[in-house]
Formats: sequence, C-alpha cells, structure tokens
Amino acid sequence: MNDLLVANSVSKSFGKFKALNEVSIAVPKGSIFGLLGPNGAGKTTLIRIINQITMPDQGTVLLDGQPLKPEHIKDIGYLPEERGLYKSMKVGEQCLYLAQLKGLSKSEAKKRLKYWFEKLEIGDWWNKKIQELSKGQAQKIQFVVTVLHQPKLLIFDEPFSGFDPINANLIKDEILQLREEGATVIFSTHRMESVEELCDHIALIHKSNKVLDGKLNDIKRQNKTNTFEVGLESMDSDKVFSEIKAKFEVLPATFRNLNDDIKLNIKLGEQTSPNDLLSFLTSRAQVHHFVEVIPSASDIFIQTIKNN
Amino acid sequence: MNHLPLIIRREYFTKVKNKSFVIMTFLSPIIMIALVAVVAYLSQLNNDKQRTISILDETGYLKDIFDNTENTTYTNLSGLSLTDALVVVKEKEDYGLLHIGAVDSLSVFANNVKFYSQDSPSLSIIRGLEQKIEKRLRELKLQKDGVTIAQIEASKTNIEIAQESFDGEKSSKIDNIVKLAFGGAAGYLLFMFIIIYGNMIMRSVIEEKTSRIIEVIISSVKPIQLMMGKIIGTSLAGVTQFVIWVVLGGVLMVVVSTIFNIDLTQVKTPQQEMMNQAMQAEGAQAMAENLIVAVGHLPMTNLIIAFMFFFIGGYLLYSSLYAAIGAAVDNETDTQQFMLPILMPLILAVYVGVFTVIEDPHGTVSTVFSFIPLTSPVVMLMRIPFGVPLWQQGLSLLLLIGTFILAVWFAAKIYRVGILMYGKKPTYKELFKWLKY
Repeated sequence: MNDLLVANSVSKSFGKFKALNEVSIAVPKGSIFGLLGPNGAGKTTLIRIINQITMPDQGTVLLDGQPLKPEHIKDIGYLPEERGLYKSMKVGEQCLYLAQLKGLSKSEAKKRLKYWFEKLEIGDWWNKKIQELSKGQAQKIQFVVTVLHQPKLLIFDEPFSGFDPINANLIKDEILQLREEGATVIFSTHRMESVEELCDHIALIHKSNKVLDGKLNDIKRQNKTNTFEVGLESMDSDKVFSEIKAKFEVLPATFRNLNDDIKLNIKLGEQTSPNDLLSFLTSRAQVHHFVEVIPSASDIFIQTIKNN
Repeated sequence: MNHLPLIIRREYFTKVKNKSFVIMTFLSPIIMIALVAVVAYLSQLNNDKQRTISILDETGYLKDIFDNTENTTYTNLSGLSLTDALVVVKEKEDYGLLHIGAVDSLSVFANNVKFYSQDSPSLSIIRGLEQKIEKRLRELKLQKDGVTIAQIEASKTNIEIAQESFDGEKSSKIDNIVKLAFGGAAGYLLFMFIIIYGNMIMRSVIEEKTSRIIEVIISSVKPIQLMMGKIIGTSLAGVTQFVIWVVLGGVLMVVVSTIFNIDLTQVKTPQQEMMNQAMQAEGAQAMAENLIVAVGHLPMTNLIIAFMFFFIGGYLLYSSLYAAIGAAVDNETDTQQFMLPILMPLILAVYVGVFTVIEDPHGTVSTVFSFIPLTSPVVMLMRIPFGVPLWQQGLSLLLLIGTFILAVWFAAKIYRVGILMYGKKPTYKELFKWLKY
C-alpha cells in the first residue's frame, strides 16, 4: 500500500454545474503532491471532498486503504484558501479550541503549542487577540493550528499567500521537514516556482477533468522537445550561423550572457544526440553556453491548458 | 467524535466574556430602573401639584357639588360677571374657570357649560368635572319628577357575579386577570427571547463567515454540530443574562424605592388599572385574599411543564431559522429580506395572544393559532392558564417538535451549503436549490 490517499473517479455536481467529472488521483505516501489547475477548475471541491466537507455524488476516496469516515478528520490537517480565525479570541485560547476539535486533549495541545510557539518565535502572542496581529502573523498561527495534531495528510491551499519572502521560506522549510517526518502533503497553488521547488508529483485539473497526472520529472521528460540553448562566439558569426541553420532546426533565443554573439535554440531530431551537436559546434566556434531546455512547470501548465 | 460540549462551551464563554455583553447585562436593568424611577417620580410630582379651579355658577344649581380634594381647591366666584371673573382668575393664576351660564330650563343646561383656562386642561380634570355635573343634573331632573335623593341612593345596586365551575371550584374576576398576567408574561418572555438571542445566533454565524474561519472549523466538525452548539451555547448565555437581569432588576427596584422613597408600583399601566377597578369593586382586603386564591387556581404544574416545553421548542425552532439566515448571507444588511417571514408569524402570534386570547381563550382563532407551529408557542403559553385540555397541548407540542425537526433539517442544509458561499446575495430560488445539493 504505497498510496496514502486514493480518489476513484470522483464526481460532484452543484445543480446543473458539474464541478468534478470522474477525477482520480493517487497520492503516494511521503510525497508532496501538487494539485494544480486554473481558477474554478474544481480543486477546492476535490479538497473539500477529501476533508468530508462535501460528499461526492459518485466515486470513493480511500485514506490508507479505508473509505473516508468521520474518524479520519484527525488524520488530516487542512489549511484552506479562504481562511481566518476568530478575531476577538485570544491566540492561545483559540489554538487550544481548534486543537481540541481535532481530537487532541487539552494538556497535549498545550505541550505541542508551546513547542511550536518557541520554534516559530511567537511565544509572546499567547494572550494577544487575533485582531491585534498582522495578516502574516495570523497566518503563522493558522499554520501551527493546521499541523499541530500531527496529521498523516496535510492539505495546503495557497499556503504562502500573505507571507513575506522570509516567512514564506520558513514555512516552506517547515513543510519539507514535516515531509521528512513522514507526513504526506497535498499542495494547491498558482505559484509555479513553489511547485517546481517542492512537488514530487502533480495532477492538473481543468474544467472539472483531470488532464495531467504523474511524477513531475516524468512529466517534464515527456514534455521536453529535445531543444538546446546555445551561446557561441565566433570571428565569422554569419558563416557559422548559416552552417547551423542548414543542418538543424533553429529558433532565436534570449538569455543573459556576457557575450552577445550568437544565441540560439536548436531543436534536435530523433537521430541526433546532444554530443553530436556539441562536437559540431565546438569545431566551428567558442561554446559559452550549452543547456538543455527543460519545460518549467509553468510551461507545462500553460501548454496543457491550451491544448485542452 | 462528539465535539458538541466543546463548541457549546466556546460559544457560551465568548458570548459571556464579550465586553458589550457584560455592559448590556449590567447596564440594562440600571437604565430600566432609572427610567421607571424617573417616571414614577415625575408622576408623583404631577399628582402632588396643587391647583385651584374657580366656579362661576349663574344658575345656582351646582354650587354645593364641588368639594375640595387633596390637590384641588374650588373657589366660588358667584356674583361676578364673566368678564370680571376671568380677570380675577387670570390674576390669581388659577388653573381655570368653570362657567355655567344662566338657563331657563334644565334641558338646555348642557349647552351653557364652558371651561376657560390658560393652557388646554388635562383630560382627567375635564372628565371629573363632567361626571360631577352629569350626576347633579340627573338628580335634579329626577327630583323635578318627584323622586327624592334618598330614593335615588336606594336604587343603586352593586352587582358582583360570583363564579363557580361545574366542578364546584369558586373563582372571581380577579382570576381572569391573574391568568392573563401569567399567560401574557410567558408569551411575551418567549417573544423577547427569540428576537434578542435569535439575532445573536445569526450574528455569530455571520461572524464566522466574514472572518473566514468557517472552513477551518467545518473540516473538523459536522455543520449540524456546529449549528446546534451555537444555538445551545448562545441560549445558555441568554438565560444567564436574563437571570442576572431579573435578579439585578429586583434588587435595584428595592434599593431605589427605599432610598428615594418612591413607590415604583405607582406607575400606572393598563393592567394595573384593570386590577384597580377590580379592587375597588371588592375592597382591598378581599382583593388580596382573592389574588392568592386566584394564583392557587392556576394549573401550576401544567403551566410550568408546558412553559418549559413550549419555550424550548419555540425558541429552538426560531433560532435554527435564524442560523440558516446567518449562513445564507454575507453580512447583516443582507438579512432583511429573510427576516420578514420569520418576524411575521412571531408578531402575529403576539397579536393573536393579546387580542383574541383575552377575549375568548378557547375560541376558534385562539385554538387554531395555538396549533400552528410558528405561532403555537406564544399563543399556547397564553392559553394554558385558562385551562387547555391535555390532548390539545400534546398535539400542539407534537406538531411543534415535528416542525422543529423539519426546520433543523432545512436549516442544516442551508447552513451546510451557505457557510461556504461567499460574495453572492442569495435569492429564495437559490436557497431552494441548495436544499438539493
């Protein structure tokens, strides 16, 4: 049993609107799983189904091999996109309350809160009201509340919104550490650079359907176009350029470099290996820059949405 | 997992510890008592005011009917002309001048009576004068026909119909008044409770929506648990506030009336006037005895048990509707369109209670409204002191509980969908659609 969470062809409609159409995903244990998609694609609906906030019309969701049931609430930590805290309640009181709702005893919750408050250096907030904190500070509290009951599955919906870069990094490191400690993370965001940084797996939902799914590296491999970005220096650049153009498929390229002689994207056919290209180039000019073009998560996202 | 106690505790303590709640709890009785004290004090001042009314009687028939009272002195200005009398009255700054013009016959008397004054005179004074003149005139007219005063006095009879039920239970008029007072108080209490604390529940649901905490909570507890927790927690806070009000109000009343020596019961209300009339008819001593007997006649056990059931049932029914409204809207200003359907039956119930139950507690209108679930708690509570057959109470309660369960189901549906809907101002049509999600 390697998948912590499995959704089997889950469908959900609101009136006539179909929010999810037979979506299946499998989240491997210990992975960080990126759940991506444009606004209104159905991500939040899927997340709410996993949290048992809404019930699916069809399909099943298994956690650790068992169909979802109320007891699973304590195994899941959920940081929703639309989040907030009771404004006029004190930080400590509020954290204790929310922790107890997740099934922790009061004393246990207190102990763990103390640990987290020290770790995030927010110990002196205990008696402050939420409305006295800044948005970023409140987000920290919210993060602590989400992970406090040490759930097997963590679901973060846009976890970094509202954080400055320093705190965003802090939270990112915490998420990575939680993963090290054995937690599985579902991560929904529009910020592709954090997908790039964090996710092992991704699934892309578009217009209620899953359109892409798999390991991020595999997907990248499938989507790469065998294109290389090269930067060359030559005494006779016109001649070199026409020689390359005669032999390969060439596109202009832009990247930062100290020299600005020839910058090209060269697409190789099935037969040609990168080494062939390289030796061809070295025999004619000085090679300053030679990089395989790997599609970014953002490119894949945009490309896939366009194709659908 | 059952989180209900946890939620109830949070709802209760955040309400009770809230500053404005604390201030309202302790300030309201103080303000109320202060207001009552001021009114009582002022009306006492008013009663103590001395006034002089001058009488100019050109007929001579009426001169001996105006006896001085504690607050009013009558001066007889007979012999002066009207113009002179007016000058005198103005100089003396009298309250006014009652002028009775000379007449040839008693039949045209009425057209020649006039009251002159600086400001428009109080209604009660004019009424008092009118009664005196009417009585005198009747006597005069009867005397003219040869009836003596003694005969007139002898003809007066005071009838007090004694009442007894078929079971041989004696009662009096005061019984009805006591029943009305008990029923009215119970119905009104429920009405106030629903309005005040129903709104509080609604606001607390809206607060969870606007602070966006709802999704965090709802991922840990079932919406219906949250809703019931809210309703129960807020109600307990409400009961706490009510008890403090009653106790504090009672203590303050005693303190204020002893310190300032103001009799707060002097403030006249229509009910008290009814009591006073009954009292005059029977005499104070008999009245006090009758009052105790009347309270004893109330079906007390039935009253208390029914009060608990109908109060709780009615309150829960309405508060679940309030919770549903809170879940359906984004802010308090959007609640208006949904409030009317809730307030209408409630206000209707109070009207039926006040107008129909008093007139005929077991008539068709009263009976029907004491079965309709949205009005039954208030109307039935008002009817019960008059003795309602147990099967009627039972049936009404059954209907109430049935509707309550239906309402909770309905509210929970709206609630479940509504709490996660932002930015839309829902219509009734949309609410109906939510029921099917």
